[in-house]
Amino acid sequence: MGMMEKLDDMTTGGAREYLTFRLDQEEYGIDILKVQEIRGYEPPTRVANAPGFIKGVVNLRGTIVPIVDMRLKFNCSKADYNSFTVVIILNLRNRIVGIVVDSVSDVMELPPDALKAAPEIDSVIDSAAVLGLGSLGDRMLILLDIERLMSAPDMGLVGPAD
Amino acid sequence: MAETHQDSGAAGGDFDLSQFYQIFFEEAGENLDLMEQMLLNLNLETADDEELNGIFRCAHSVKGGAATFGFSDVAELTHQMESLLDRLRRHELQPNAAMVDVLLESADASRSLLARHQAGDEGEAMPTADLVRRIAALASGATLEPKAPAPAAAPAPAPAVAAPAPAPATASGQRSLQITVGPLERLEQADAIPELFRDIPGLGTIRALDSPRKGVRAFAVETASTDDDLLDLFTFHVARGQIDIQAMPAAAPEKDPGYGFFDAPAAAPAAAAPLAPAPRPAEPAAGFGFFDGAPGAPAAAASTAAAEPAPAPAAAKAAPRPAAAPVAQPEAATIRVAISKVDQLINLVGELVITQAMLAQNSRALDPAVYQQLLSGLADLDRNTRDLQESVMSIRMIPMSIVFSRFPRMLRDLASKLGKKVDFVTQGEATELDKGLVEKITDPLTHLVRNSCDHGIEMPAERLAAGKSETGTITLSASHQGGSIVIEVRDDGKGLSRTKILNKARERGLDVSDQMTDAEVWQLIFAPGFSTAEVVTDVSGRGVGMDVVKRNIAALNGTVEIDSSEGYGMKVSVRLPLTLAIMDGMSVGVGEEVYILPLSSVVESFQVKAEAVSTVGQGSQLVKVRDEYMPVIELEKVFQVPRFDFEKSSDIMVVVEADGSRVVLLVDELLGQQQVVVKNLESNYRKVPNVSGATILGDGKVALILDTGALVRRSRH
Repeated sequence: MGMMEKLDDMTTGGAREYLTFRLDQEEYGIDILKVQEIRGYEPPTRVANAPGFIKGVVNLRGTIVPIVDMRLKFNCSKADYNSFTVVIILNLRNRIVGIVVDSVSDVMELPPDALKAAPEIDSVIDSAAVLGLGSLGDRMLILLDIERLMSAPDMGLVGPAD
Repeated sequence: MAETHQDSGAAGGDFDLSQFYQIFFEEAGENLDLMEQMLLNLNLETADDEELNGIFRCAHSVKGGAATFGFSDVAELTHQMESLLDRLRRHELQPNAAMVDVLLESADASRSLLARHQAGDEGEAMPTADLVRRIAALASGATLEPKAPAPAAAPAPAPAVAAPAPAPATASGQRSLQITVGPLERLEQADAIPELFRDIPGLGTIRALDSPRKGVRAFAVETASTDDDLLDLFTFHVARGQIDIQAMPAAAPEKDPGYGFFDAPAAAPAAAAPLAPAPRPAEPAAGFGFFDGAPGAPAAAASTAAAEPAPAPAAAKAAPRPAAAPVAQPEAATIRVAISKVDQLINLVGELVITQAMLAQNSRALDPAVYQQLLSGLADLDRNTRDLQESVMSIRMIPMSIVFSRFPRMLRDLASKLGKKVDFVTQGEATELDKGLVEKITDPLTHLVRNSCDHGIEMPAERLAAGKSETGTITLSASHQGGSIVIEVRDDGKGLSRTKILNKARERGLDVSDQMTDAEVWQLIFAPGFSTAEVVTDVSGRGVGMDVVKRNIAALNGTVEIDSSEGYGMKVSVRLPLTLAIMDGMSVGVGEEVYILPLSSVVESFQVKAEAVSTVGQGSQLVKVRDEYMPVIELEKVFQVPRFDFEKSSDIMVVVEADGSRVVLLVDELLGQQQVVVKNLESNYRKVPNVSGATILGDGKVALILDTGALVRRSRH
């Protein structure tokens, strides 16, 4: 899918709401409708043979939910776990996944004209999972297709069988 | 992203529709099961109205649903069943074994058709034309019963009144019929009949024939419907008494004036009273049934019989025909709830229990004198959460009768196929078992029951020769024993032969000796490919089976035991945990982490000194436990457990057994035994090697449950 088509998809629906969060110095935005809840970080149960950014699994009211540290996934310089560390619980189609971020900033509505196509750049993020860039004054928001990002094979969240 | 939402909206719409389907499939399945049960219990001689009405209602409900959802093949088949059942409940036919057989087969066919629809119409549809034809033949068959072939009517100038021969059925169930209508005052009425064929798809084809006489219309019809159905349709336009249905004569059908037509003179007087409604009971008469009573009618009346039925035959037919009064349906005492909702409830209650445990722990430090009310409140909470948990868990429990009820039918078919006589006895049907387990235990049990019938019970002659009664007995019983359910399959057949099994085992090169205990010998039949049946039948004897049964039951954390006495019978006991959702676990500590071992696979545990462990080829470790060397698996290495405290090390060994082999797991400490709620790790994550699931500990943390089978297999490679 070309960048312009992707932007088209996004913009046809008019203004959309995004939950924004920080990873190190970068600010990201994800579709608010994919977010189930936000909770504090609690140490998960480690799962053997998982990639380093999968911290393990936690008990979310009786459901076993894997926890992905986005800071480790995106190669941030540091990943501390303190009382401000936040886990965003995502509800993606039929899976529930938690992502660890430095902090949650805001829920903001982005008008279509505030969205810019992201240029092709070399980064740890699969460019297909970047919907575009949102500009808010002097802030730049990286809008993620979180569903796509989480179901990518290199996330290791889905087994080879499914 | 707007599209994403549209997508989800559309998906929602599909989901709703399929939900309705689902309800229909469930209900249809239940109705077919119920019908099957009632058919099996039906006493052919004394069938009462209530039973027959009940069976009819089942077929009717399935038909209605199938038609609503557009499953025309099911609707057609059940419609035929309904027609036959309708005649049965009206006592126009006497139920017989052939009918029960064909209805049972039709129920099976309907099930398979429904299953195909449920699977998205994939695969070949089961052909039903033959069944439809057989049912139709049985439904019309009543008129074929020797009812004194109308001696008075035969010579009468109206051949139409002779009891009609059954319409010759073609292979497809299509029949060629000649239908005469009239005499009518207003012939237009008859002209409406061809329109019926045009309007109702699948009814068949109609072609007008030359009118044999004034006031009479004749048609040639090709149809698969029964005469009864045709009459029912035609009566929208023409009085039943004026319709005559005949099989199409094989040669020159339309032109044969002597067949099926009234002579003109006979028609003349009849025309005088053409449309007067016949003084007969209002309910639809059976197919040709209208003329059934002709023998009783005076010959003189025969000429007018077509137009004005004599009261005599009608009265003769008005045998005890109680109105089909709707029998009060039992009030529904159950509700249908999606299993996911129940699971959600179980999860929430689990959370509540954890919260309650946390509160209890925190309140222990409080001074009882000061916080008396709070503490008594917490004690109440404790009790209530426990009760709540128990009640919620019991929602998933269903009685064993659900499983048992399928066996009488299977045994009936099987026994008659094998030419054996078998009584089936069930005990403890009310014993409750987790729904998930019930679904999984059905197949292994079916296999065991089939085995008993095929291998266990002898032929009637053999039984008599052995001094037993001709009829064998297979008993299926269920009971609770501690935290498990025990299901037994017993038969009084020939039992297992120790010598035969040992010989067979030697043939197959298994390591056996004559000193083995009986129990050890019986366990041999669980070896893959082991069968002592002399003849391989299509029922059993191929040797696939007992090993699969054992494996399936082991997968449910259950065990199988055999007890047998040659010449007297055999007993297979299956012991299962009450629920799959809860497991007895042993928690072990490795480093800072906690893992759960299924208690059913733990054999023993002991402390070892490092020197007791020897290595082979600098790799695999072995430990000697009572003259047996067992491979050692260090959980620390398998799960890459990080070590912070280097003074501690794994020095506790736990012997676990799975798939018949034993391995030793090396752990730091044994933490205790507890019941754990088994959770699926794969619903949000993926399969983790050597882990079968996860559970939530009392402190709310997740612990992984070890897959001992995988660990044992790992040690083999």
